[in-house]
Amino acid sequence: MSTKSLSQISKDGLWTNNPALVQLLGLCPLLAVTGTVVNALGLGLATMLVLVGSNLAVSLVRNYVPNAVRLPAFVMIIASYVTCTELLMQAYTYELYTVLGIFIPLIVTNCAILGRADAFAAKNPILPSILDGFMMAMGFAVVLVLLGALREAIGQGTLFSNMDLLFGESAKTWELVLINDYPDFLFAILPPGAFVGMGLLIAFKNIIDQKIKEREDAKKEPIIAGSKRVRVTGKIS
Amino acid sequence: MKLLNISSPHTTRALSTSNVMLNVLLALIPGIIALTYFFGPGHIIQIVIASSVAIACEALVMKARKRPILFYLKDYSALLTAVLLALSLPPYAPYWVTIVATGFAIIVGKHLYGGLGQNPFNPAMVGFALVLVSFPVPMTTSWSAPSELLATGISFSDALGFIFSSREGLDAITSATPLDAYKHQVALSTAQEIYQNPLFKGADQSSIVLAWQWVSAGFLLGGAYLLWKRIFTWHIPLSLLATLVLCSLIFGWDADSYVPTSLHLLAGATILGAFFIATDPVSASTTPLGKLIYGAGIGIFIYIIRTWGSYPDAVAFAVLLMNFAAPFIDQYTQPRTYGHAKPKRGLAAKD
Repeated sequence: MSTKSLSQISKDGLWTNNPALVQLLGLCPLLAVTGTVVNALGLGLATMLVLVGSNLAVSLVRNYVPNAVRLPAFVMIIASYVTCTELLMQAYTYELYTVLGIFIPLIVTNCAILGRADAFAAKNPILPSILDGFMMAMGFAVVLVLLGALREAIGQGTLFSNMDLLFGESAKTWELVLINDYPDFLFAILPPGAFVGMGLLIAFKNIIDQKIKEREDAKKEPIIAGSKRVRVTGKIS
Repeated sequence: MKLLNISSPHTTRALSTSNVMLNVLLALIPGIIALTYFFGPGHIIQIVIASSVAIACEALVMKARKRPILFYLKDYSALLTAVLLALSLPPYAPYWVTIVATGFAIIVGKHLYGGLGQNPFNPAMVGFALVLVSFPVPMTTSWSAPSELLATGISFSDALGFIFSSREGLDAITSATPLDAYKHQVALSTAQEIYQNPLFKGADQSSIVLAWQWVSAGFLLGGAYLLWKRIFTWHIPLSLLATLVLCSLIFGWDADSYVPTSLHLLAGATILGAFFIATDPVSASTTPLGKLIYGAGIGIFIYIIRTWGSYPDAVAFAVLLMNFAAPFIDQYTQPRTYGHAKPKRGLAAKD
């Protein structure tokens, strides 16, 4: 029953139906861990792994799981992927794992993931499901990183600090100090800053959408004042 | 001379917005004079910084919103926000604290909600709360001691230096505020011992927090002027002060373990808050009964946060918390209108 083209799926995930900006799903990790770029990117990648994996698995079993028990089944699939991700992070990026703490196991409860499993993967073949998972996660991760960058720049005056937590020793030099001797702006680092930053990002997306719509409206044929409609009677086919 | 025969109603025209704002600014002058006399020229410099930032931000937002700039600048509301904010900030806070607070107050606190008349929160207190949460160190270490306790007064150039460039030597002129000092010492000492502190005793060994009392008196004078001009009614200030006194009598009758009532009333921002900040016509409650509840709520919150919270003063948080509640209070305290047996309160089933 897949009616969407692949490019439509991609556009949905990244922009039109972005899980963070439009569906407002998964706000808990989004607001909690976006203090720095590295935290945001770490969680974004972890979510991506889970979302692609769970969409793949759910799409594979979609014809065998009875409708009545589909949600518990999906949650089990998601939970096993989250456990895998958690163990992987513990093995390869231990420090980031300790920084993100409870928010890695909490990916299970991220509604964006269960939402995609139920709304898309349970009804579509494997390939579109994987693409949908990837694009949705990409949209989520991009917003996470943007918000992380915004909060890190305003909160600490740096960008890409501590990237070595994710990319190894060589990434230590990536840190950009925007302003020297920057006094920490606690508001941006604390959760309220995330709410305000998120609100600004959503507002910014809406402005862009509005501009696009205005431009499209301008392209349409203008309705000339005084023009009359054709009066028709009977059935139009 | 022929007498003009003017027909009724013999009322004068309602005050315009700019007129109200100018009256409030005028009423702040006694307090500003007292602050400058006792604490040096810091507040004057903060007022200048905050006002210029506020006017610049207001003009910027008006330009972005494609509104007439001069028309909106002339209602002086941005200026009043800036002055109230500058009076709440510590006098020797670094300049960027003031700039951030004022910019946030005008752009986010006021204009993102739709501009004057639409803001649910008092913009000055939004800006103040932001910097209080964000920059705890400059916000607690920039209060100056009263000039009578200093060997030499604070010159204008010194003050400029503290605010704009080096913070060196600032330690020599700063001290804790009386509320802060009392709150932290009362755990270990009795009231008698605390009053030995020169902060409370003053230079002449007799007065208790003289400088702060004069500042409060200045703001009280301004508040009385505004009451006389009927810029606001008596409800909010009276219920706020009465509730604060009541709370402090019930819970804090023992000066050896709690901050005494006199300090609550006169040593902090209580008077400024009661007459100039809580009475903001936009964000406060508007019905008579609602105003009483609103003021009482602020009084209770001030006492709770000052006594059991971690901040020494609490007017900003108390006002913001009650701003949240003001629309709800208004909804349930509508007065009876003429021609109706019962007032329409709350929401009906069909709403």
